[in-house]
Amino acid sequence: MTTLTVAQAGALSTIQDFGRPGQAALGIGRSGACDRGAHRLANALVGNHPMLATIEVTLGGLALQTDEDVVVATTGARCPGTPHLAPFHLPAGETLRLGLPPAGLRTYLAVRGGVDVEPVLGSRASDILSGLGPRPLQAGDVLPVGTTPRPEPGVDVAPVPEPTGERLLVHVTPGPRRDWFDDAAWGQLTSQVYEVDSQSNRIGVRLSGEPLPRLREGELVSEGMVRGAIQLPPSGLPVLFLADHPVTGGYPVIAYVDDLDVDRCAQLRPGQEVRFTTTAVR
Amino acid sequence: MRILPSGTRALLLEFDSLEEVLRHYAALRDSDLSVLDVVPAGRTILVIGDRDTDLNSLAGQLRTIEPGEHRGPVGAPVEVPVRYDGADLAETADLLGCSAQELVRRHLEEQWTVAFCGFAPGFGYLAGSTFDWDTPRRESPRTRVPAGSLALAGEFTGVYPRESPGGWQLIGHALVDVFDLDREPAALLAPGTAVRFVESS
Repeated sequence: MTTLTVAQAGALSTIQDFGRPGQAALGIGRSGACDRGAHRLANALVGNHPMLATIEVTLGGLALQTDEDVVVATTGARCPGTPHLAPFHLPAGETLRLGLPPAGLRTYLAVRGGVDVEPVLGSRASDILSGLGPRPLQAGDVLPVGTTPRPEPGVDVAPVPEPTGERLLVHVTPGPRRDWFDDAAWGQLTSQVYEVDSQSNRIGVRLSGEPLPRLREGELVSEGMVRGAIQLPPSGLPVLFLADHPVTGGYPVIAYVDDLDVDRCAQLRPGQEVRFTTTAVR
Repeated sequence: MRILPSGTRALLLEFDSLEEVLRHYAALRDSDLSVLDVVPAGRTILVIGDRDTDLNSLAGQLRTIEPGEHRGPVGAPVEVPVRYDGADLAETADLLGCSAQELVRRHLEEQWTVAFCGFAPGFGYLAGSTFDWDTPRRESPRTRVPAGSLALAGEFTGVYPRESPGGWQLIGHALVDVFDLDREPAALLAPGTAVRFVESS
């Protein structure tokens, strides 16, 4: 069996797939890749089924070796030191090193055959909130690589837009608790430029800016949410939920980011600017 | 029932009472809706579609689903063996205006139903139907509640699946894991499950 050995894990590298949908009623969050499109593309580039697991690398820093020749590809944030958006052969014994990406936050490393660790409740995803799935990678970890009967794709390079460090404009729609806020607060949410806080993680992107005032005091009975929810805790500073969001939350969700745009938000780096808009983007 | 927006993939159904949530959840569970997930909570049910779900037609379908006749626990109750030795038992009895023995008696007699899960994998919020449960939370939450703790808060009882922080009143502990990855199913207390607590000596 082919294996990958982790030489350096970087700040946070986790195994991810499309998570554990369909179990939220049991208190089990979906989790999975924060940038699902990049995860899907990484698998496609090496000829994997989209459900196979990749490695999600946060701000580069991952180094690993293989004991047999493998085909790999990286997508998402472009790390110096390796080809990007194109499959390549990693020879046995050679070290693959992902440098610090100049823009974007999360890089997906797919290996042909997938990272074949034991699934937990139907998924190989690490959920940092619930602790389900494999723990984050550490130096010395040896990861089994699976096999795939699918043909290697004849793709050289995937021409997709890459994450940039520029201000991100994101389309939002009113959420279920829009009425906990007045029009002035809504106007503030959809016009001010927020900055991504360094406390952001796989659970959510925390934003700093002018706090929004609430119309109502008191607590909401906790209710279900999905990724893309923009929740406003008493601080008045929004949290945009990503893959490892809690299944239910007790603070009002004022707005939602369109599901497909959450992928782009998952590439926001601390310090980067973001603005929400109700006008169609693109 | 009110249908509230929740982004491009989901709809949030809002109800006036937990009883209504339970009845609608039972009906949704029995329906053949093609959705990714149905997530009940205290006053709401979140219905999550997938990439191909048209939310307008889903909303139309949801409006045609009649609530179940009753809250609809399925099958024989799951029996959960417990010991009533929690650190807050006496204080909680005081808060509820009864003796510790009386609190234990009511808790054992009550026909509990798992209303919904949340907070952690396998943490079920169990609602009663016989007694009036309205337990104030602890004024300052504990930073560490041991796994297996049997607890009360608001209208609910629950068992902590693993060690975590928590503000519920601890009245005992369960002698069975409510969430065990080596068991199928891992979660013992799924929404809709009827539950009886059994005192173990």
